[in-house]
Amino acid sequence: MQTNTTLQEQRKAPLKRNDPPAVQAILILLTLLFFAIFIFMPLGLVFAEGLRKGVAVYLEAIREPFALSAVKLTLITAAIVVPLNAVFGVTAAWAISKFSFKGKTLLVSLLDLPFAVSPVIAGLIFVLLLGTRTGFGSWLGDHGIKIIFSTPGIVIATLFVTFPFVARELIPLMEAQGREEEEAAITLGARGWQVFSRITLPNIRWGLMYGMILCMARSIGEFGAVSVVSGHIRGMTNTIPLHVEILYSEYNYTASFAVSTILVFLALVTIAIKSLMEKNVHNHQPTQH
Amino acid sequence: MPPYKSNKRHILPGFGLSMGYTVFYLSAIVIVPLATIVIGAFKMDPQAFIATVTSPRVLASYRLSLSTAVFAALCNAFFGFLAAWTLVRYRFPGRRVLDALVDLPFALPTAVAGICFATLYSPVGWMGQYLEKTGIQIINAPSGIVVALIFIGFPFVVRTLQPVLVELEPEIEESAQSLGATRWQTFRRILLPHLFPALLTGVTLSFARAIGEYGSVIFIAGNLPFKTEIAPLMIMTKLDQFDYDGASSVAFVLLLISFSMLLVLNAVQRWQQKSYR
Repeated sequence: MQTNTTLQEQRKAPLKRNDPPAVQAILILLTLLFFAIFIFMPLGLVFAEGLRKGVAVYLEAIREPFALSAVKLTLITAAIVVPLNAVFGVTAAWAISKFSFKGKTLLVSLLDLPFAVSPVIAGLIFVLLLGTRTGFGSWLGDHGIKIIFSTPGIVIATLFVTFPFVARELIPLMEAQGREEEEAAITLGARGWQVFSRITLPNIRWGLMYGMILCMARSIGEFGAVSVVSGHIRGMTNTIPLHVEILYSEYNYTASFAVSTILVFLALVTIAIKSLMEKNVHNHQPTQH
Repeated sequence: MPPYKSNKRHILPGFGLSMGYTVFYLSAIVIVPLATIVIGAFKMDPQAFIATVTSPRVLASYRLSLSTAVFAALCNAFFGFLAAWTLVRYRFPGRRVLDALVDLPFALPTAVAGICFATLYSPVGWMGQYLEKTGIQIINAPSGIVVALIFIGFPFVVRTLQPVLVELEPEIEESAQSLGATRWQTFRRILLPHLFPALLTGVTLSFARAIGEYGSVIFIAGNLPFKTEIAPLMIMTKLDQFDYDGASSVAFVLLLISFSMLLVLNAVQRWQQKSYR
């Protein structure tokens, strides 16, 4: 969420204002203890529990048809949600960073709204809006369009919870880059689309990719909102996190953790890409201007 | 559009299109759906609304959500500060890995975090079996909710503090020390006040996230009415009983709490920006 700091630190000379070694040792140990309890133990547990009954059971839990259909639905959802929110993010960032207009501050805070809403409420609003209880929902139902307790509902709820990721990544980046380059191109006779694809897009590509990765991670992992709208129909409207929950509540712990390893793996990949990208963003920034 | 037609304020093209699409998409995905809750709450019979949100079970859930979120945020003020401080200031093997893993709670699906903590602190779990002997109850207790919320809120504090700690000018500390301040005095009187706005921002963020958190909490909480039933779960329970009005009433109050947190956060952030200028 925040820009990385490690590279900036490294450019600075070694710190002269260091604490006494004893203090350092104690604080580092405390930090390690916190990480051990809150980060490493859960990570280790997922693999230990998932593999507890052996590799065969583990593979069985992942290859089972319900698990596969959950993976498929999750991927379909992410494949729809990420591009839609990415296009929106770029558009919103363009409008906000390249122009000045009244109410900009309000617009920017409205973009962040979904982060302040509980995931359960995010699901609830779409049940209220599009469920068969309302006029609009029943009209859709009469025309054979089922949204709630079906894939479209999952997609819309996920769109809501991942809404701000790309925009919030791009707005500060594009504001920092200013509009001189684009304005120069326009003055030299470039068309709007050329300016965007030749100048803006290359300038923001790392930020855009980073935002899309965060968006994807959340859309794969979203639980609360999806849980409300999905109806938990096995093999039909189960995403991976919901599948994990069902297995767990059936006391099928091994399978539940086995499926969780997929999500943990994806989370670790996300983190790895994120730290690599932050390096890239920092390495490229000086050359951009 | 040829450049000579655009007005002076907007040299670049595409304002109408991008702004129009932004407002349209924002309304379709966020504003209109959120408005249904607000409109629904106002359309409801006021007495029924008040009866729902002041029923003892719902009140207990608000109280629990708020108190566990406050407690977790305070714990994170400590642990987040500690982690940010060590990660920025000290050099030790594995620091890079720890720094990257701070983001794990952002990246790990909440349901996975939930089943992990529920298993770790179960009476036969890695942590639970020892805590059992000492008589500390974590699972099916408010303390379990706090554990989950600490995990969820931790990165907010670290990631808000880190850039400020990095930007901190060495001169501030050096001058304090050259004037005879001890290390502790420098920390208490100079560093802490300087870092406080950022710390507050991070803590508020983690608190705001914790109030609405669902996935990581429900597995460890046990969800006993009046005892370990958080407000988001209350909404879920009402929905399962097809009590849509009840669910939206509870949700409306929770939204009010979240949005007032947002206002607080805005004020805090403005203060933070002012104090670092």
